[in-house]
Amino acid sequence: MTEALKRTPLYDVHVAHGGKMVPFAGYEMPVQFEGVKPEHLWTREHAGLFDVSHMGPCFLFLKDGMGEPGGHEKIAAAIERLVPSNIAILKPGRGRLSVLLNDEGGILDDLIITRMPGIEGMLYIVVNGAVKAQDWAYIEEQLSDVAMLQKADDRMLVALQGPKAEAVLVEHFPEAADLKFMRCAYVQKGEEKIMLSRSGYTGEDGYELLLPNNAYGMDLVSTLLADDRVKPIGLGARDSLRLEAGLCLYGHDMDATRDPVEADLGWVIQKSRRERADFPGAERIMKAFTEGPAEKRVGIQPLERAPAREGTEIHINGERVGVVTSGGFGPSVDRPIAMGYVRNDLTAPGTKIDLMVRGKARAAEVCALPFVQPNYKR
Amino acid sequence: MSTYFTEDHEWIAVDGDTGTIGITAYAAEQLGDVVFVEVPEAGTSFGKGDDMAVVESVKAASDVYAPVGGEVTAGNGDLADAPETVNEDPEGKGWFCKLTLSDKGELEGLMDAAAYKTFCEGL
Repeated sequence: MTEALKRTPLYDVHVAHGGKMVPFAGYEMPVQFEGVKPEHLWTREHAGLFDVSHMGPCFLFLKDGMGEPGGHEKIAAAIERLVPSNIAILKPGRGRLSVLLNDEGGILDDLIITRMPGIEGMLYIVVNGAVKAQDWAYIEEQLSDVAMLQKADDRMLVALQGPKAEAVLVEHFPEAADLKFMRCAYVQKGEEKIMLSRSGYTGEDGYELLLPNNAYGMDLVSTLLADDRVKPIGLGARDSLRLEAGLCLYGHDMDATRDPVEADLGWVIQKSRRERADFPGAERIMKAFTEGPAEKRVGIQPLERAPAREGTEIHINGERVGVVTSGGFGPSVDRPIAMGYVRNDLTAPGTKIDLMVRGKARAAEVCALPFVQPNYKR
Repeated sequence: MSTYFTEDHEWIAVDGDTGTIGITAYAAEQLGDVVFVEVPEAGTSFGKGDDMAVVESVKAASDVYAPVGGEVTAGNGDLADAPETVNEDPEGKGWFCKLTLSDKGELEGLMDAAAYKTFCEGL
């Protein structure tokens, strides 16, 4: 089945900046501009602008009782039927990472859920681009008794990431300075409304902006790109940045066969939810917490220079004990890096393993994640 | 000595029945920063078009195909510690291996420098 590739509103901007366009998640997206390594290093030192309009931003709101006191508790109770995180406790404008679970406790997607500031009974949710259609259909169907979902992927979603991101953005949005990590502001600029959140997928401080797909949005992006501190960054560097930061890529580092404990995302299930054990697949997940999962996601440090890509088998003494799910070269750490799953008794950092790269055993060891320390503004 | 080029962006410099093989400047530019190269060991034999080496950039791993068949007499061991040589001097110090050609007739159909330049301009 092949469908025509879609273009984000910024397609022409990418082409004008020399972006090499490739198919990704159903869209034509820039994989690189000047090169993966220089773009990666630029983002860690200055600020990089990423078009993530292929992703799935949406708003979930109450059918009845929007704007009334207790609205948040109602919409939180609804989404908590599908995710294992404590959403009810979020204050206005606060967000957190969670996972959408199937009935067996497998991960259908990872997503960021934010309580809308200033509007009772509404959540701002961003899901992954590759699975957004099925996520949205699932959420709408499961919560049709109480909630409605408004897709926002016809807008522009851009991320500005790096140590200079704040200085660049406050020139346009003074409120950007006051936001802390995983907090969000709903900003009014004349006729326009912008969702501004301090979050990202690089391990750097930075922001994600949901912008209207109109002249205002285009002008803002052009102005940001014209700033000497900002360069456009492609998907190639986005992947190497998130891998160095130890962040999961859905469909690779986790999928519907993995539960959150295996994926080392148990921390998204807060204590109150573990005590209630009232989420999909709770039996499997609580068992994984108490008895340990069969396999667990870990960082992998190759000790030789050969990168180990996704799918590389992990062996010990010739026996298969796991698999690499993301792997490549980390430009900031200047060495190959990877993550993957190993048997639960082999997860201690320093455990010696072999990576079977093109039939040859390459020495490696299990290591802690991330490979670079994040620079979030807490 | 003459140098020939393939549509897969390998070059081979031939002197008698000995050839030196590498990837072209165009290929190195397209790959971006090379971080690892796996070159064949002396004694390995290849047919024309076989997978002969692997070059890894930050982005991905790419196969390098044998432009002609033959037996490898030397791999470029310097690339193990300095893979960036492939970007710095792809058609010189960044060579991958030397081999003894099994059939010089296989050079027919490869491009010369002028034809390869035209080929790249059309990409």
